[in-house]
Amino acid sequence: MLREELLRLIRNNSRIELKDLAVMLGSDEATVANEISDLEKEGIICGYYTLINWDNTDEEMVDALIEVNVNTSRDLGFDTIAERFYMFDEVKSCYLISGRYDFLLLLEGKTMRQVANFVSSKLSPIEHVTGTATHFIMKRYKDYGTVIGRVKKDNREKMSI
Amino acid sequence: MKDPVSRVARTMQPSGIRKFFDVVAEMPDAISLGVGEPDFDTPWHIREAGIYSLEQGRTFYTSNAGLPELKQEVSNYYRRKHGLTYDPKTETFITVGGSEAIDMAMRAMLDPGDQIIIPEPCYVSYVPCARMTGAEVVTIPLQEKNEFKLTAEELLSAVTEKTKLLVLAFPNNPTGAVMTREDLEPIAKICMEKDIYVLSDEIYAELTYSGEHVTIAQLPGMRERTVIINGFSKAYAMTGWRLGFAAGPKEILLQMVKLHQFAIMCAPTTSQYAGLEALRFGDKDIEIMRESYNQRRRYVVNELNDMGLHCFEPFGAFYVFPSIQSLQMSSDEFAEQLLAEEKLAVVPGTAFGSCGEGFIRISYAYSLAELKEALTRIRHFIERRRQG
Repeated sequence: MLREELLRLIRNNSRIELKDLAVMLGSDEATVANEISDLEKEGIICGYYTLINWDNTDEEMVDALIEVNVNTSRDLGFDTIAERFYMFDEVKSCYLISGRYDFLLLLEGKTMRQVANFVSSKLSPIEHVTGTATHFIMKRYKDYGTVIGRVKKDNREKMSI
Repeated sequence: MKDPVSRVARTMQPSGIRKFFDVVAEMPDAISLGVGEPDFDTPWHIREAGIYSLEQGRTFYTSNAGLPELKQEVSNYYRRKHGLTYDPKTETFITVGGSEAIDMAMRAMLDPGDQIIIPEPCYVSYVPCARMTGAEVVTIPLQEKNEFKLTAEELLSAVTEKTKLLVLAFPNNPTGAVMTREDLEPIAKICMEKDIYVLSDEIYAELTYSGEHVTIAQLPGMRERTVIINGFSKAYAMTGWRLGFAAGPKEILLQMVKLHQFAIMCAPTTSQYAGLEALRFGDKDIEIMRESYNQRRRYVVNELNDMGLHCFEPFGAFYVFPSIQSLQMSSDEFAEQLLAEEKLAVVPGTAFGSCGEGFIRISYAYSLAELKEALTRIRHFIERRRQG
């Protein structure tokens, strides 16, 4: 069993049962279970999440992408500054990026006001932050390879030779 | 009064399976493991290339044999995959699916009185297309104990002085059987000794799960007596585009293109531009799809054997061909009763030749969830039969 094949298989569906995984990979349950456990320990499998379209629930939720510029110094590199960002629970993703800005954060809040408050009272005041640009997400079309809200339909004829 | 239709058309047996298909079509709540096409959509970059060609106004005929750059890609494909050299101008040509290529190859190669050997079970069009040429059709019933491969003994016992053409279709629809280089070598030897040509339908070549596909044309001396038929339908999930190709010796291809020119003009232009994108940049797509089919293949074979439906392990295409002989019923009865009781459609093995009796074809080009549901229904069905 190739560990990359295992990863590709569970990447888009982490809910396949262990016994089915074993058969599909031409292996056995114990081997697959060990491999998954190793992948977790090695920090290759970092978590299992559910892709939720909150727009179709009663829960209010607003996402924003925030570009951040910083000044680094000899004592304060990107990694240290990044930690100041990603330790906030509101920050769902944090990336160091190339281009006009240094960081890109994905922020999740209940309301636009809440997100705006976070930027002005928590993010901007952080030492070495020199500028931010906040982009509220108006609509999500596709996330993690999945087109949001599209149910796949089988358009084939039921029978063919 | 004159008969409005020809004797040839009237006496041709219609595909018996059509009736069953119509019954399935009228049961909207039935689920199916009966399709002969991929469950993937055509990869977007390929669809996009087709759309772009329309935007660019590529809405005219191409040359009869197909876009020169596409023929070049076909030639490149055989060089890259099998180390075979085909002159793109004279030894490749683009068809309306593999089906057209089968028809054209047979018309180009067979005369009335010639004999053609067709191993069964097989795809449904070989026998009728061969009959249209007036050739005499000899079928060989392949054996499950040989994993539905053609053996030298079987071939030798069917060959006569008149034998002109042998159809090889591996990986096979419906059995999923493949033939390795070692399996093909004795067949090639007989073909050369007995001066037999080969029509090698390799439409499932890319869906091989036990190492690289080998074409008989690769074996010494066989390139000159083999017409390879292939296409985009299965490898790139492009069934609806109706695009295939043939590669073979100039002498035969020249006649095929001539007949194609009168019957078809050229393959659809939009599809040819999409096909160009597929052959140039689609290798990765094939890899992804093949890996996914292979996982589902293992799953289905395991489940069927687990419920006691004996199933030899097929290493190609996306079909399994389990035996139902332990249930003491015919393939047609199995398919009809399974549909009536469990609302699940499968194809009886007899649709692919009478030697398919005792088997059913199951396609695994479905999602894991669909396969689970369908296999549970089969399990219930056979458990009831065993108790009753």
